[in-house]
Amino acid sequence: MGLLSKGFSGLRVLKEGLTGNTGWTPHWRDPEPKAEYDILIIGGGGHGLATAHYLASVHGLTNVAVLEKGYIGGGNIGRNTTIVRANYFLPGNSEFYSHSLKLWEGLEQDLNYNVMHSQRGIFNLFHSDGQRDAFARRGNAMINQGDDAILLDRDGVRKHLPYLDYDNVRFPVYGALYHPRGGTARHDAVAWGYARGADSRGVDILQNCEVTGIDIEGGVVKGVQTTRGAIRAKKVGIVVAGRSGQVAAMAGMRLPIESHVLQAFVTEGLKPVIDNVVTFGMGHFYISQSDKGGLVFGGDLDSYATYAARGNLPTVEHVMEAGMTLMPMIGKAKILRSWGGIMDMTPDGSPIIDKTGIDGLYIDCGWCYGGFKAVPASGHCFAHLIATDRPHEAATGLRMDRFRTGYGIMDEEGTGSQHNLH
Amino acid sequence: MRIKCPICGERDHREFYYRGAALTRPDPDAGEGAWDDYVYLRDNPAGETRDLWYHAAGCSAWVVVTRNTLTHAVSSTELAEKT
Repeated sequence: MGLLSKGFSGLRVLKEGLTGNTGWTPHWRDPEPKAEYDILIIGGGGHGLATAHYLASVHGLTNVAVLEKGYIGGGNIGRNTTIVRANYFLPGNSEFYSHSLKLWEGLEQDLNYNVMHSQRGIFNLFHSDGQRDAFARRGNAMINQGDDAILLDRDGVRKHLPYLDYDNVRFPVYGALYHPRGGTARHDAVAWGYARGADSRGVDILQNCEVTGIDIEGGVVKGVQTTRGAIRAKKVGIVVAGRSGQVAAMAGMRLPIESHVLQAFVTEGLKPVIDNVVTFGMGHFYISQSDKGGLVFGGDLDSYATYAARGNLPTVEHVMEAGMTLMPMIGKAKILRSWGGIMDMTPDGSPIIDKTGIDGLYIDCGWCYGGFKAVPASGHCFAHLIATDRPHEAATGLRMDRFRTGYGIMDEEGTGSQHNLH
Repeated sequence: MRIKCPICGERDHREFYYRGAALTRPDPDAGEGAWDDYVYLRDNPAGETRDLWYHAAGCSAWVVVTRNTLTHAVSSTELAEKT
């Protein structure tokens, strides 16, 4: 890409600014579906678009289409709390999220797209001696994985986060596990950047193209039926978080997934006040401030199966209470909007990137409430699996059969591998 | 969301603990596949579903709730012991 013609650069912005901004063009095409592709990716969210990008850029596979029932980036990638981190504990998750954070760190250069990745640091607060021990152990696991973690005491936290209620009688702040490389990114731009990366290499992004059936003959996938006609393919990848159960059912599969709702909230724009990502260790609450100034925060699942994409008030109340307990200064900020995203919840709270029992059919699902940070590695590893029929080395633990066999369960919270416990 | 407990009447869903899909427990020797189905695999319907709620802050009854996962509308409830 020439710096002044197609790619994005400071020079290009200057040139366009001086010439009436007439040279900008759509970031991806709007092609008609072809009758056949080598590979179809069902789902034009962050994970699906990343998969398409890496199929093309890493594996040179460009006879690929992404099928999206609505518009790309209109699902959970378009509405989330945008946190990027690699602070997992268990083998399987640890190397996967470490891989993802490394991809994040090179993403803007790889895509020539500003995803506003901001490594502003994450503070996971702890509030008891026992929690300090658990966080120290987690921090050691992160360091062993090659990532960064610093255990801060109360005074160490106070230097960074002077606004917390340190003397809360019930939940005093003892310290924090600080993860400097963690942070946030601009969620929409991640979808758009991957879409542009895939499209520019020849991938067809087919929007308003809902898959209504998966064609399987003799245990081999042959293609899909869509609202824009039948499309044949040698390989099909399902990556439709929030609707995984319905699409898998088209292939006769049942998944170890229950769909739950996760609510999140944004306030009116404020001047910069929260510089980092902060999580409360004694109530489910996490917060950061967007570049527009809105406080972006969320809490726990509503904890019942739902596709309603909206939650109930008890969870709203709990999130607000937790926020006010931790940082009373936010009490006068007005909530502008809230939303509920549909989460693929697995029994152990960890994801799945695997083959299915059907030749040529692959699935990437079960991202629970942590899919955003995983987007680069999920796409990278799912593309690797589809292209080579072998799991990527960073994703060997994300197997579907871990539930049936009991081998390799990744229950980070230690609450048990059972639905509704994560 | 409000759930009608067959014993206590209509109550805020905060009084209930959600257990998950109301499924029939397999025989102990039904085999790995049947138990995988029961413990892990789910139909996870977008629409009508039957699930188990425990009236923890009420009468301690296990209640089978038939409701719609797209609208949160509860259409019927019955005591689990009667199903």
